[in-house]
Amino acid sequence: MIPAPKRALPPPLLSVNGVSRSYGKQLGCQDISFSVRPGEVLGIVGESGSGKSTLLACISGRLQPDTGSLVYDMKDRGPVDILALSEPERRRLARSEWGIVHQNPRDGLRMDFTAGGNVGERPMAIGARHYGNIRSEAQNWLEKVEIDLSRTDDKPKTFSGGMQQRLQIARNLVTRPRLVFMDEPTGGLDVSVQARLLDLLRGLVRELGIAAIIVTHDLAVVRLLADRLMVMQRGRVIEEGLTDQVLDDPHHPYTQLLVSSVLQA
Amino acid sequence: MSIRLHAEGLSKTFTLHTQGGTRLPVFRDIDLAVRGGECVCLHGPSGAGKSTLLRSLYANYKPDAGRILVEHGGKIIDLLAAEPWEVVEIRKRSIGYVSQFLRVIPRISTLDVVAEPAIFTGAAREAAANAAANLLTRLRIPERLWSLAPATFSGGEQQRVNIARGLMVHYPILLLDEPTASLDAANRRMVIELIQEAKSRGTAVVGIFHDEEVRNAVGDRLFEVGKSIDVRSAPHAEKEKSAHVGASVE
Repeated sequence: MIPAPKRALPPPLLSVNGVSRSYGKQLGCQDISFSVRPGEVLGIVGESGSGKSTLLACISGRLQPDTGSLVYDMKDRGPVDILALSEPERRRLARSEWGIVHQNPRDGLRMDFTAGGNVGERPMAIGARHYGNIRSEAQNWLEKVEIDLSRTDDKPKTFSGGMQQRLQIARNLVTRPRLVFMDEPTGGLDVSVQARLLDLLRGLVRELGIAAIIVTHDLAVVRLLADRLMVMQRGRVIEEGLTDQVLDDPHHPYTQLLVSSVLQA
Repeated sequence: MSIRLHAEGLSKTFTLHTQGGTRLPVFRDIDLAVRGGECVCLHGPSGAGKSTLLRSLYANYKPDAGRILVEHGGKIIDLLAAEPWEVVEIRKRSIGYVSQFLRVIPRISTLDVVAEPAIFTGAAREAAANAAANLLTRLRIPERLWSLAPATFSGGEQQRVNIARGLMVHYPILLLDEPTASLDAANRRMVIELIQEAKSRGTAVVGIFHDEEVRNAVGDRLFEVGKSIDVRSAPHAEKEKSAHVGASVE
């Protein structure tokens, strides 16, 4: 058997090249490079302080990296350098093609809007005007994330943490983004609620073919959701590869420690 | 039939950094070629590295050296040199793996757990559900259990759900890690039948079968694992110790 030559590939959805960011003398993330393909789910794990949240903030346009470049393949413009975009352009991109799911749903929701209003905001922001359509699309998504339709006109502050998180996911996915950034999406939730949310995310991401970058310290979360995994320690990526390969056959001493430290349930 | 899977010069050593850097050599310079319609049984004492080899063939473990050539989408690809997304694609369509234990996905019904691999390849939901129902029926999982998540099932039931899931897609290459370990005689016979069906479709099968009845029924030859460490200097022809099933067993 003779292997076929490597074929040329379409450009990745997002390329991160040499991104670094520090806070004064404090290390954030250092010289990170990777790319994400359309529909690919990438997990980033590491303990607190490993730089994973700093990295996520940099690549999702919320924090300016000190060095490095970010190239994103826009739907109608092709590859663009995100850091060279003007602020309004970047905001429009984030609204139309990206989603950001924050660890704390309060950071991602409008607490003074109704649940339906939270889901309807993004379609309206990118041009939907018909109230009836927006409302039915919002309700469609509330059903997808298993929120009872009788709660459509309630404000999220009356919701449990798990419901708020599901609402945040609906709010982000309603416009079918091509790339979703998630920061500890199951952090702070009860274990039973976590499992439910993970199944939901897994189904939605696979069904819609959305690419996602998920930062978490929970190895079970990435095992379930991510195709590919990066392990971070002290601001650097120390190991990466197929998720099950990194978790089942870790090579780096730190990854081995991380994997062997998980309690078997 | 042509060769569907060809491992060449495969070596694997584990280095345990958390245990003083202990090095555990498992196998070295393995050569294994499997043809379509053929079933190769990995053979050797417990701890010889059979499961490690099988997991390596699925790229779940990463060998230190060698190539694993597989046929995927009409092309020959080296699984060890492939990009992660490519391995994901290859696993979706070209290599199936049935592990010893079902890794339970919380809250998903048994029927969906089984149908899922076909849906991931783009099969229509209804066709996938029908095929899943058919497999579950043949593997004697009572219909009243299909809507439940398999987390609470018995070991044998979970194993059968796992087999059904692994056989949903007609992969050209199928890896089986003790698929009959906790099954009774009737279910064992059904698994034998299903493996034979896969072989007659032209699937290349590599398996670990502790059960002699199963091995004799589905295996075409044995592949010795565990000797390659001791016979480092042996000539190439010695590496693949093949024998007809039965001849070297016992």
